[in-house]
Amino acid sequence: MKCGVVVFPGSNCDHDVYHVLKHVLEQDATFLWHQDDTVKGCDLVVLPGGFSYGDYLRAGALASLSPVMGAVKRHAEAGGLVLGICNGFQILLEAGLLPGAMRRNQNLRFLCRDVYLRVERTDLPFTRNLSEGQILRIPIAHAEGNYEDSPERLDALEANRQVVFRYVAPDGSRADSDPRWNPNGAARAIAGITNAAGNVLAMMPHPERCSEPILGNTDGLAILASAVGALAGAAR
Amino acid sequence: MKARVTVYPRREILDPQGKAIRDALNRVGFPGVEDVRAGKSFEISLGSSDPEAANRELRDMCEKLLANTVVEDYSVELLSETEVRP
Repeated sequence: MKCGVVVFPGSNCDHDVYHVLKHVLEQDATFLWHQDDTVKGCDLVVLPGGFSYGDYLRAGALASLSPVMGAVKRHAEAGGLVLGICNGFQILLEAGLLPGAMRRNQNLRFLCRDVYLRVERTDLPFTRNLSEGQILRIPIAHAEGNYEDSPERLDALEANRQVVFRYVAPDGSRADSDPRWNPNGAARAIAGITNAAGNVLAMMPHPERCSEPILGNTDGLAILASAVGALAGAAR
Repeated sequence: MKARVTVYPRREILDPQGKAIRDALNRVGFPGVEDVRAGKSFEISLGSSDPEAANRELRDMCEKLLANTVVEDYSVELLSETEVRP
């Protein structure tokens, strides 16, 4: 069981994810380069946060066309696990692996702070160690996390149970129009979604930034640990 | 052959950037400004000299890369050499 972290020019959370996989979860982890046309046999592929290609044109637009993304698509189509975090979410949207698009944050600012997420689904490889309705405190750091799609497609997303994490108030209640709790103005307070098959997950908050006690918060670890556990279970 | 491609947020989608620009225009003495959509413009030089083929190719470029059609619309115009801005 092997984990790969893709490095695009401008990725800046690649080492953080690698560190958690390699040293906290003690997995076989490697970096994948954006020019690679294979995922080198990795079972889990993570697209990390950052500013791939300087966010030129649109966040994630140019990265979505890089050679490694062809390999990531094939990996996903074959049922392999793909996790996109922040810029990774934007790349997966631009690549068409997940539906919707990101707009600038409603207040036009880069936001870097903790948010509260409600776990909407626990039957996924990425959420199997979580409990339904559990509240996670995880930091965001983005300027374009304002998720949007047409009302019909948002309805379909909800009906298919593809919304995995939602921005909520600390007590877990919905507060979609309150910028304290839905910081970027995302449609239906969507913070993380999955594809129909449930093997591709993307989220704006950064679980890799809160996965060790020394950082004062370990709420994010369960997400990466879930994926690792799911793969270990499958390998047995 | 030169062309200009304009990409802008779809009408039905709130454009936070356009709204901020509209508010600023209102503040600096243009109270009549009701709406602003902030987009992008691309000037593209093409080897092709067939306008129909160029139009088709430019629209294809928009669908594949220049616009994200989930949240953006685009328009394509072919320019005569004199129309090209410096």
